[in-house]
Amino acid sequence: MADAALFEFLHTEMVAELWARAPDPSPGGQKTSLSVLEGMGFRVGQALGERLPRETLAFREEQPPKEVPALGGRVLDCPLTLQIGDHWDQRGGAVGSCSRPPPHPQWYTALCPQGTYILQDNDFPLLVRMAAGPQYLEEAPKFLAFTCGLLRGTLSTLGIKSLVTASVTTLPACKFQVVIQRA
Amino acid sequence: MAVCIAVIAKENYPLYIRSIPTENELKFHYMVHTSLDVVDEKISALGKALVDQRELYLGLLYPTEDHKVYGYVTNSKVKFVMVVDSSNTALRDNEIRSMFRKLHNSYTDVMCNPFYNPGDRIHSRAFDSTVTSMMTQVC
Repeated sequence: MADAALFEFLHTEMVAELWARAPDPSPGGQKTSLSVLEGMGFRVGQALGERLPRETLAFREEQPPKEVPALGGRVLDCPLTLQIGDHWDQRGGAVGSCSRPPPHPQWYTALCPQGTYILQDNDFPLLVRMAAGPQYLEEAPKFLAFTCGLLRGTLSTLGIKSLVTASVTTLPACKFQVVIQRA
Repeated sequence: MAVCIAVIAKENYPLYIRSIPTENELKFHYMVHTSLDVVDEKISALGKALVDQRELYLGLLYPTEDHKVYGYVTNSKVKFVMVVDSSNTALRDNEIRSMFRKLHNSYTDVMCNPFYNPGDRIHSRAFDSTVTSMMTQVC
């Protein structure tokens, strides 16, 4: 759909613009640009959170995760999954095909403390155009900052304080780690 | 026909209040304020249920002798409170629901405005016009 392409172009330009103005290669300069992107994503996520339909909303305590040995992890089948899944679709997460959307990015709990969720996407649309494989690995985090903010913003609209970080090992697969901060 | 419409933020301060007979505004403000207790009670009661299926609309909060107060809560715990004239008995539940839905859509548009900071008072003209259309519509 055309909407997805428009957003991808806009996003690419956003990243390019922020990096063109700040040629400061030291980690300090990078951080500002990354936090600007994340902040933008946060605001957009807040707005998107309002639009989500109510059924996908209720974040309950984790139901016992189902074992999915094939994935090498456990797929968490909680409403949070649905919510982020829908959310991914809304952002035009599906690449192209109108017949059947590609399988939702899989959530699974890491072997870390409770309250941590990992979203793994093997086909992240914003990275798919860049490369396939280990090339451009150091450029990848710039393209993930906005999405991290987006997830954090949506969760905050629903009243869930969280911390979202992203990591890439090979393009276009990437992992978003969501840590829920409980009071 | 709504007599007063209010949008209350999650922290229970008003984002937007408007009432039609402007001379008696304070009375409506009090009414909205007291209805917040009822809203909170309903939200916490719903929280014990397993899944909130489409429970955004809270229904009639409480009736007074010449007004009825209806409530609605959004995903982000922003509450809409609507005070209606009791003399208007033709106003059915469905109509109230549709009014709230329009209000919600309008509010979502306000949220999506990048120049609007969540938590500020609402100054949007589009939102104003939606509210006006609801206050003056003839049922």
